[in-house]
Amino acid sequence: MALPTYTTTGQRIGYYTYLFYCGLVFFFLIAPIFMIVPLSFNQSPFFGFTPEMLRLEPEAFSLRWYRQMLGICRPDDIITTVCTNKWMIGTKNSFIIGLSATFLATALGTTAALGLSRPHMPFKAAVMALLISPMIVPLIITAAGIFFFYAKFGLVGTYTGLILAHTALGTPFVVITVTATLTGFDTNLIRASQSLGAGTMKTFFKVVMPLILPGVISGALFAFITSFDEVVVVLFLGSVEQQTIPRQMWSGIRQEISPVILCMATCLVALSITLLTAVELLRRRSERLRGIKLR
Amino acid sequence: MSEIITTEGVPLKVSLKRAERINKIRALVLVLPLTLFIIITFVIPIIAMLTRSIDDKQINTVLPKTFEIYKQWDRKQLPSEEMYATIFNEIMTADKRAIGKASTRMNYSKSGWKSLIKKSKRKFKKIKEGPYKEKMIAIDKKWGKIEYWKAIGEMVDPYTFGYFLNAVDLKYDSNKKIVQQPEKRRIYNYTWYKTLKISVLVTLFCLILGYPISYLLATLPLKYSNLLMIFVLLPFWTSLLVRTVSWIIILMRKGVFNSILVWAGIIADENRMQLIYNETGTLIAMTQILLPFMVLPLYSVMKTIPPSYMRAALNLGAHPMHAFYRIYMPQTVPGISAGGLLVFVLAIGYFITPELVGGADGQLIGHWIAYHLKSTLNWGLCAALGTILLVVMLTLYWAYNKIVGIENIKLG
Repeated sequence: MALPTYTTTGQRIGYYTYLFYCGLVFFFLIAPIFMIVPLSFNQSPFFGFTPEMLRLEPEAFSLRWYRQMLGICRPDDIITTVCTNKWMIGTKNSFIIGLSATFLATALGTTAALGLSRPHMPFKAAVMALLISPMIVPLIITAAGIFFFYAKFGLVGTYTGLILAHTALGTPFVVITVTATLTGFDTNLIRASQSLGAGTMKTFFKVVMPLILPGVISGALFAFITSFDEVVVVLFLGSVEQQTIPRQMWSGIRQEISPVILCMATCLVALSITLLTAVELLRRRSERLRGIKLR
Repeated sequence: MSEIITTEGVPLKVSLKRAERINKIRALVLVLPLTLFIIITFVIPIIAMLTRSIDDKQINTVLPKTFEIYKQWDRKQLPSEEMYATIFNEIMTADKRAIGKASTRMNYSKSGWKSLIKKSKRKFKKIKEGPYKEKMIAIDKKWGKIEYWKAIGEMVDPYTFGYFLNAVDLKYDSNKKIVQQPEKRRIYNYTWYKTLKISVLVTLFCLILGYPISYLLATLPLKYSNLLMIFVLLPFWTSLLVRTVSWIIILMRKGVFNSILVWAGIIADENRMQLIYNETGTLIAMTQILLPFMVLPLYSVMKTIPPSYMRAALNLGAHPMHAFYRIYMPQTVPGISAGGLLVFVLAIGYFITPELVGGADGQLIGHWIAYHLKSTLNWGLCAALGTILLVVMLTLYWAYNKIVGIENIKLG
C-alpha cells in the first residue's frame, strides 16, 4: 500500500514503524509453530539447533525420530530411547474417538441447528445458550464433572465415555456453523420442493442438505479438531488403553522429552494446515452457493 | 363480521393456531435429541459436581447416632460415656471403605483424625465391653482431647460451607466460627490473585499486540489481508500442545531465544535467562495462544467501520493521532470489549499450558482443581474451587452476551 505523496517524513517513519511492529506480531504468532519443523529432523536427541544443523550439514539431519514415531526400529536407533509403537496406538485411538465423536456431534448438531433456525422455535435463546455451554465451561471443570458422573456408570476408562464426552464438547461448533449457514436460507425452496411432490426426507436430502453441506462439513471439522486436540478430559477419563496423541504428548513433555514429540507436532501442524484450507474453501463455497458476494 | 372458514369447515384462526403449534412441535422435536444429550452427558454431571461442594452427607451415613447425641453435647467438657459408646460401636460396625472416607473428611477439619480412626479401628477389637471412655483414651490420648471432639462439630449438618471457606483460605474453628487458615496453609487467595493477575496481563498483552494487526488486516486490500489472515488462523487451528511444546523449545535455558541472545552477544552464556517454568513462561505462551481470540472479534468490528470517517476528520484538520483517538478508537470499543472478555474468560480457566510451562510460580486455579481431583481426592474442595470459577465465568459470559450476543461468536 503506497503512501500518498503529501505525507511528511515523520508520518512515513511512523507508518513504517507501525508496519514493522505488525510484522513482529505476525512473527510472534507464526514462528513458534514452524520452529518445530526443522528440529524434528534433528539427528541428536536435543530440543535445540545444533551448530551442525545451522551449518546445514546433511549428517545433522535424520529421520530417526520419525521412524521411532512410526514404531520402526533400526538397531542403531534404539540406543537412546526405547522403541515402542505407542505413538501409533495413540494415533489409532485419536482417530477412533475423534471420528466417532465427530459423527455423533454432526448428526445431533445438524438436527438441532435445523430446529433452532425455524422461525417457530420457542425459547430459542435459552436453548442456544444451553447447547453452546460445553464450549464455554472451562475444560477442567467439565473434566471434573464428567469424571465423577461417568464413574457412577462405569464409563471411566472406556471408549464410550470418552466418545460421549468429546461429542458433547464438539456439538457447539456444529450448531454454530450450521446455524450460520442456515441464516439467509431461502425457505421457499423447501415449499417449492414440497409442492412439486417431494416428501420431507427427500426434500431434506435433495434440497436442504446440498445447500447447508459446507456448514455441516466445517462444523464436523471443528468437532473433529476439538476432539483430536483435547487432552484434559482424556487425562481424567481415559485409562492407559485410551491414550490419544495429545495425551502422549502431554506425558512426553512431562517425562521423557524426546524429539519424537516434535515429529508428532510437525504432523499435527500439517494436519491443521490441511483442515484450515478445507474450512476456508468450504466457507467460500457456502457463500457462493448462498449468493453472498465474497468479501 | 362473519368468521372466515377454511375448506375443512374449521375457523381460520383455529386452523392457523394448529398449524403454528405443529410447526413449534416440529422445531422442538428436531432440537430435542441434542438438548437431552447435552443435559444428560454434560449439564447434569456439572451440576452434580457442584453439589459436592456443599455436600457433607457421607460422614453422616457413617456416624449417624454419634451425631444425634453430639447435638446435645455442651461442647465445654469431654462428652459423656454414651457418646463414646456410640462412636465405638459405629466405628466397629462401619464398612472399612466408608469409615476410611469418613476419616479423610474428618481430617480436613482437624488433622490427626485419620490416623486416630485407623489406629482405633485396629485396636478397638481388644475392648470387649464398657465403660468405653477410659479404655478408648488408653488406646489413644487423642480420644481424651476436647479439640478433636469439637472439630467434628462442623460435620453434623449434612450440608457445609466449609469447602467454600477453604477455597478462600478460611475455615471453621472448633467452635464453628469462621477464621483464617494458619499462615502456611494459605494458598488459594494467592492463587486466585495470581489467576486474575495473569488473566488481566494476558488480556492486556493480547490487546497491545492484537489491536495494531487487526487494524492492518481491516484496512489492507483484500488480497493481502486474506493472506495475512492465515497468520492468525493457523495458530487458532494448531494443536494447543504443539504450540506449548514450541514455546518450551524457544524459551528453555538452552533454547532458541536464549541462544540467539548469546550468539548476538546481548547476554553472556552463563546468565541465560530463566524464561520458562515460571510466571513469565505462562504469560508469553498464553498470550500467543489466546491472541487469535482477540484479533478475530476486533477484526470483524473494524471491518465495518467506514474509512470515510477518518478521512473526514483529517480533512477537517485533525492531527492523525487525534483523529485516531477521537474518531476511530471509540468505534472499536465493542470489538475491544468482546475480544477482551473472550480472552479473559478463556485465560482464567486455563489449565494445560500453565501446567506445562508455569513451573511452581505460574500456576492458575485450574492447577489446584486438577490437583484435588486426582491427587488428594479432596473432591469437596475441588468442587468448591470449580464452582467459584464457574460462577465468575458465567457472570462474564452474561456480560459478553449483553455486549455482543453469544450467537454472534464467529469461527474461522
